[in-house]
Amino acid sequence: MLNQSKPDKLIDDRGLRVDGRRPDEIRPVKMEVGVLDKADGSAYIEQGKNKILVAIYGPREAHPRHVALPDRAAIRCRYHMAPFSTDERRSPAPSRRDMELSKVIREAVEPAIFSKYYPRTTIDIFIEVLQSDGGTRSAGITGTSLALADAGVPMKDLVVACAAGKIDGQIVVDLCDAEDKLGEADLPVAIIPSSGAVTLIQMDGNLSPEEFEKALSMAVNGCKHLYEMQREALKRKYLLIKEAVEEKMDVKEGE
Amino acid sequence: MSSTRQPHISKIESKTIMDLMANNRRLDDRTPTDYRELKIEVGKIEKANGSAKVHLGKTKVLVGVKVELGDPFPDTPEEGILTVNAELVPLASPSFEPGPPDENSIELARVVDRGIRESKAIDLKKLCIEPGKKVFVVFIDVYVLDHDGNLIDASALGALSAITTAKMRDYEIKDGELIYKEGLIPLPIQNYPIAITMGKIGNSIVIDPSLKEEQVMSARLTVTVEKDGDICAMQMAGLGELAIDELKKAVGMAVAKAGEMRAKVLEAAK
Amino acid sequence: MTAVVEKKKLVVPGEQVAENDYLPGENTYKIDGKVYASRIGLVDFSGNRVYVVPLKGAYMPLVDDPVIGRITDIGMSGWTVDIGAPYPAMLPSSETFGPRQPFTRTDLSKVFDVGDLVLARVISFDRTRDPLLTAKDPGLGKASSGRVMRISPAKIPRLIGRKGSMISMLKRETNCQISVGQNGIVLISGRSPLDENLAMAAVSMIDREAHTHGLTDRIHEMIEKSKRSGNVESKQT
Repeated sequence: MLNQSKPDKLIDDRGLRVDGRRPDEIRPVKMEVGVLDKADGSAYIEQGKNKILVAIYGPREAHPRHVALPDRAAIRCRYHMAPFSTDERRSPAPSRRDMELSKVIREAVEPAIFSKYYPRTTIDIFIEVLQSDGGTRSAGITGTSLALADAGVPMKDLVVACAAGKIDGQIVVDLCDAEDKLGEADLPVAIIPSSGAVTLIQMDGNLSPEEFEKALSMAVNGCKHLYEMQREALKRKYLLIKEAVEEKMDVKEGE
Repeated sequence: MSSTRQPHISKIESKTIMDLMANNRRLDDRTPTDYRELKIEVGKIEKANGSAKVHLGKTKVLVGVKVELGDPFPDTPEEGILTVNAELVPLASPSFEPGPPDENSIELARVVDRGIRESKAIDLKKLCIEPGKKVFVVFIDVYVLDHDGNLIDASALGALSAITTAKMRDYEIKDGELIYKEGLIPLPIQNYPIAITMGKIGNSIVIDPSLKEEQVMSARLTVTVEKDGDICAMQMAGLGELAIDELKKAVGMAVAKAGEMRAKVLEAAK
Repeated sequence: MTAVVEKKKLVVPGEQVAENDYLPGENTYKIDGKVYASRIGLVDFSGNRVYVVPLKGAYMPLVDDPVIGRITDIGMSGWTVDIGAPYPAMLPSSETFGPRQPFTRTDLSKVFDVGDLVLARVISFDRTRDPLLTAKDPGLGKASSGRVMRISPAKIPRLIGRKGSMISMLKRETNCQISVGQNGIVLISGRSPLDENLAMAAVSMIDREAHTHGLTDRIHEMIEKSKRSGNVESKQT
């Protein structure tokens, strides 16, 4: 919580990272769908220490009217971090980074949305990072797809994102904050799994073309793993109700 | 600039609430002095010094506490600083828009602040490191996640839960220098203010108005009660009026209820 | 023709549901000979068409849909109605038994005022223009009393039931008048609060469990049990 000291090495001699993970291991992930009452769709995702809440409002009437597009829904996205989400308290006012991330996240998920079904409306995506530990834009994209599906917004597929990077000269997947800050490269990637198409890629740092290919491949594998979890999280909510009901029915039959 | 807003409830739904109220009943079968189901979870945000997630009926509020170093105010050189901020983030309600804090989020923050400050819940004198130069600043950030009415009480319960369970690094002051020690210590807490918000519906006063009730009520009154039963803050809102005996009755209801809510906060803090 | 999943399977966006000669119906799309779901819901087939019955989603008006909406504004020739769709609906005065031109805003507000709930029917809608309503049919017009409920529009077909079987059963068993808008608004009017509470409890149960088997029997049972004990948990919030 408060003032951790900088680690000497990001990968030790046994090949383990600061949190004990192997290079190709993603942090523990928890996903839950339909967690808010007022929003049309919502999702909560934890990835390592990241805690992110996403809500969808829409399709709904465009306010102000001038943002409406004549032939499809205008997708709006706001990525925002709570003041207590980072090691040092940050101002709640949107930062330049918040605005950049809002744009890249929107552009990562919008290609999958059948927005032509809803001309002259808006679909609003609100991402709130309640606790941040590196890779929040990727987790934000993964959570956004869940929330959009929960809202019943028609999509080609769920979009999923995962980052890979380089620390201590080695390519690893899903960098936490310390690894991102002290490492040599960070590469978040978002894909539409059914077609394999990439809808987001960003990089900062230093990678050779070979290292880039390795990192890309690790990120995509991470995405596939998270995609299975997304599907499972979506079905779980509705299957739970189905099971509870079927259980009641079995009990009755046994009586 | 403050301006009037359009209500979104239909006339027959308002009528239902008023008719029920005339028979002393509420939409969800609560009595006038019942709170909705309350759940408080503390410590979920590890990066914050303290945190509390409050579920009050369907209303959900997350409060985070951060303790950092700062300069004291010139007129209180030997006191730490308390600052409360509230965000009505757009994900919490279709009626919240992105942007700088509006009059509702500022009022919310200031009412929560008043309760904690006026009851001296945090002994700010104990947060001085070097008079006039360095003090601890306690940031209380209220984050509304789901708005189904009575954001004030949910936020105040969250703020109190968060500060009473917050932990900061242990420290000592040697020759005017701040030296951190091993271990964690709590904030210097000496009071437990409880905000009780009531709404006037028809001629009745009800505690913990839900969102639907808020759309029908004519006036809102928050009374914050500190641990010895004294009132340390009040706030009236809305376009309605309160007769003097309604006001006295409401204050009485709040004072009577505060102990029960305080016990819930202390229970959740264990 | 190959169906990839069986009927009533729960699918999520991007999940394949059929291939080759199947045609993509509602809430599905076809690419490279394969049909995929575009929304979360239950798969169903109709001849060689595969479609997904959605479990969630915004209400999109269809011509002839009965709807229940709230008047939000009074304009020059009629009223603006909030029907919970992504588009505000218009109810022209010519589609009501309201005043004939020339009329004033006051004349209009005497018929329907801001905040009134109105039972109407959609007479036109295409995505380039906002939906148009009528309140002229028998049974339409201002709702003067009753309890209002909001459920997910996707659950309304289940509330109505095949050929109206579920809603008829509810009306009969609870002794209430129940008006159902395709936009998810339900208006319940009974002779006693207990009857109304019973109807509301049944509607809530359908909203929660719409996609499960044996719902009709369970509703029936719940109603019987409540009548016997004389006790209903209403808990509307």
